[in-house]
Amino acid sequence: MINRLKYYLMRHIDTYLMTFILFICFVGLFVIYSASGQNLSKVMGQFTNMMVALSLMWCVANVPPNILERIAVPFFLLSLLLLVAVALFGEISHGARRWLHLGLVRIQPSELMKLAAPMMLAWYFAQREEGLRRRDYLIAFILLFIPVVLVMKQPDLGTSLIIFAAGFYVIFLAGLSSRLMIFAAVLVGILAPIFWSMLHDYQRRRIEILLDPYQDPLGAGYHTIQASIALGSGGLFGKGWLNGTQSQLDFLPERTTDFIFAVFGEEFGLVGNLLLLTIFAILIFRSYIIASRAHNVFCRLLAGSISLTFFTYVFINIGMVSGILPVVGVPLPFISYGGTSLVTVLLGFGILMSIQSHKALVPSS
Amino acid sequence: MAWHKSAKASLRNYALEQFYFHQRMRFAGLIILFALLILIARFFYLQIGKYDYYHTQAENNRVALVPIVPNRGNIYDRNGQIIAQNYFVYTLELVPGRIENLNETIQRLSELMPIRDKDLKNFKKLRAQTHNFESVPIRTHLTETEAALFAVNQYRFPGVSIKSRLFRFYPHGKMASHLIGYVGRINQADQKALEQMEISSNYKGSDHIGKAGIEQFYETILHGQTGFQQVEINADGQAERVLSVTPPKSGNNLILSIDMNMQQIAENAFGNRRGALVAIEPKTGEVLAYVSMPTYDPNLFINGIDADIWKQLNESLDKPLINRPIRGIYPPGSTFKPFVALAGMNEKKRLPPFSIADPGFYNLAGSAHQYRDWKPGGHGMVDMQKAITVSCDTFFYGLALDLGIEKLTSYVRHFGFGERSGLDMVGEMRGLLPTPEWKTQRYKQKWFAGETIIVGIGQGYTLVTPMQLAQAVSILANNGIAMRPHLLKTVEMPDHQKRYDIPQTQMDQVPMDSEAIDIVHKGMIDVTKPGGTAASVGAGAPYEIAAKTGTAQVVGIKQGAKYNAAALDERHRDHALFIAFAPANDPKIAVAVIVENGGHGGSAAGPIARQVMDYYLLGKINKVVTGGETNARENQEQPHD
Repeated sequence: MINRLKYYLMRHIDTYLMTFILFICFVGLFVIYSASGQNLSKVMGQFTNMMVALSLMWCVANVPPNILERIAVPFFLLSLLLLVAVALFGEISHGARRWLHLGLVRIQPSELMKLAAPMMLAWYFAQREEGLRRRDYLIAFILLFIPVVLVMKQPDLGTSLIIFAAGFYVIFLAGLSSRLMIFAAVLVGILAPIFWSMLHDYQRRRIEILLDPYQDPLGAGYHTIQASIALGSGGLFGKGWLNGTQSQLDFLPERTTDFIFAVFGEEFGLVGNLLLLTIFAILIFRSYIIASRAHNVFCRLLAGSISLTFFTYVFINIGMVSGILPVVGVPLPFISYGGTSLVTVLLGFGILMSIQSHKALVPSS
Repeated sequence: MAWHKSAKASLRNYALEQFYFHQRMRFAGLIILFALLILIARFFYLQIGKYDYYHTQAENNRVALVPIVPNRGNIYDRNGQIIAQNYFVYTLELVPGRIENLNETIQRLSELMPIRDKDLKNFKKLRAQTHNFESVPIRTHLTETEAALFAVNQYRFPGVSIKSRLFRFYPHGKMASHLIGYVGRINQADQKALEQMEISSNYKGSDHIGKAGIEQFYETILHGQTGFQQVEINADGQAERVLSVTPPKSGNNLILSIDMNMQQIAENAFGNRRGALVAIEPKTGEVLAYVSMPTYDPNLFINGIDADIWKQLNESLDKPLINRPIRGIYPPGSTFKPFVALAGMNEKKRLPPFSIADPGFYNLAGSAHQYRDWKPGGHGMVDMQKAITVSCDTFFYGLALDLGIEKLTSYVRHFGFGERSGLDMVGEMRGLLPTPEWKTQRYKQKWFAGETIIVGIGQGYTLVTPMQLAQAVSILANNGIAMRPHLLKTVEMPDHQKRYDIPQTQMDQVPMDSEAIDIVHKGMIDVTKPGGTAASVGAGAPYEIAAKTGTAQVVGIKQGAKYNAAALDERHRDHALFIAFAPANDPKIAVAVIVENGGHGGSAAGPIARQVMDYYLLGKINKVVTGGETNARENQEQPHD
């Protein structure tokens, strides 16, 4: 009886992924306890978030990929509709329009888009019966740019960047001409000044401050400087859990959310950082294996995109906290406080697990 | 790699696609590996390479960035008299992050010196806006005794210290308050505005910001650049050693075109009457005096005005808080006539030798309404020049109707009526030059001929600010050349020892014939001569004054009824207006005066203008006292009935 239950509970769960996800979630709770100034209710809140997100992951893992493929289009359209609704009726907080009130729940449709966009594109490429042509890539880019621009206008640079990355990875893995990409890279280099002029003042300021945070040590450069001090003073072994002076004495801003890695790095040092990075690397590696073993075009592209997007999260967040990337609002998966991004990331892993576990059940096409 | 080209219009080669997919994944894998190596390298750099550096910064954590507030620029008048300055005050300050039990510490401090609820409220507000390791004042203006008492007890109060901060001070008290304005504590709205302008980091450590007048308009020039200090603080919150200093840059000093002596003469001349005066140098556009009566003491606002005093100022019927020169709007009355005269002559109407026989009223064809002249029985034969001198209403009724409202308003608009003058002061009103389109929009009614007629004598819908009136006279004195009016004359950069003079700029040239302007000037000169409406103003002046009086109705008078000043409530009496420039042949000063409910322009407003001109042209302070002046200023302290 117990075994049967265990079988039904675990048959679509990937053991490798699950082990490391649980481990890193566990670490995250400890970091939040420290970062929040030993606030147990915050830890409990995050624990609840984790339980909800893990349950959702379990649900998705049990959905066969061909169903995911079938709902890709309606899911994308729904997300797009919600994004437009946000632009029209969204609630403004901190100068950005990101949230939508839907009766009981408050949702952030841009988060849904992080999954909907790659699913849509993977579906599109899988549909084509003939060989892929340039036109197909163009259509894919147009499909991608609509949500990216909508989110950028909110304005939410971090999320729009992630959505763009997720979609671009699908297009890249579907075989976008490498010559075209080199050409585009050159073009971007030329168009960068124009893009620069389109950025919001605060976004532009962030890039300027990145280049020289000491320009404005009390204002916009404050985040970067304080985070660098936190990381650097952590040294080889760190100051120890709950002993980070930067973290405990209020110097670090946003230290339970986007800048939580600075708390981790200050208290656990270089050794801790390398360990955390290793766990992230293992998760990425396992996702990679799932992607390369996927049995059809849709699964392959989607799994590949999810694994690369996950890496992008990690790289952008840690890069920004350690001062090599501009400050854009991207949380650190599993560690940053907050339910929304946790749900998105774990849904992604749920999809990976579904792709991995349903392979044996569905005959390869 | 470009397999898709060869696969054009053929069926998909899934095996090949899969091969390329794996190739791409491997390529992405390499990038990931590279990116991870960059992160690892960065960790080594920060946590091993620069460990010592960051360790000193954080381990002490006491490395605090302390903003150094720059000195706010001083404000001077054109003669170098100081109008706004700073002075040092001792403050008692806390570093909350260094104090174990804040409430208990404040409790013990209050045993040493009084700490009022207001101080606590301010402290809490400031604390919410600052970092935990910044010093926040809890008491200001410490007496020598209080400072000494604390110094002896300092050892008992880790994290508390005495500092000296700069405070703003307006030595002239209630004089020129609307001109200078004041600084006040930065509130949430100010903070938001600073953030929007992306200059909020320059206000770290600053408590005050310009809220009105010159202090507001030139805030960014006056404030200066905030410096900062990296300080190592010991566990008691006291600076042990300064690691690096970026010195602040002081704000710029402003030298205004205002003459404070003239300002004082004008304000004294007003006594306890309400009104406004603006004096301009016509050739440069420099504003010499900027009077709004009654005034208030700007010093009251600096550290948050007392609620009772605020209520008293705000609710007073005298409305002392209104910046009358730019925000008071009045019908110009007869002071409008010289401009209507020029409009007429510019359209070739009423040119000499045209004259009328004035019966004392004007009848609009097809209407029973009589437009009365202020003088029953009329002025006899009247030509343009005489019409100005005696302020003949009948003459201007006919002229306005003949001109038509469109031509009239579009011409006088050149003198700045209906437009902001562009003075360097926030919140200027436009006044109103009525047109038929305006009336349709505002009242959904068509324009009546009768309304054109009364615009001819500056009544009806026409509204002007004292500033507009002064600018218009200045243009008139300057033969139609409009100079941009300004209060700021020179900016002095203390750090560079450099001065920058504000350039004089011409805005417009009003089209006019020299004969026409001559007639108007002559008519206005005769106003201050025997037989003119302000003969007493010109009496005994060793220079010629060109002037025009005006009276603006506050309440309407019924047909056939007589205006009886004595019978009317003081606040329903007419406003007295007076415009003038002198010397008439080479104008050095143009003045506009409005005395609210003052009655007649020549007798109520004229003498004030005369005193101002005497001072400026003769250097003489005319001792004509206009009714219980000293008592009047004391009475102002009392709340108005």
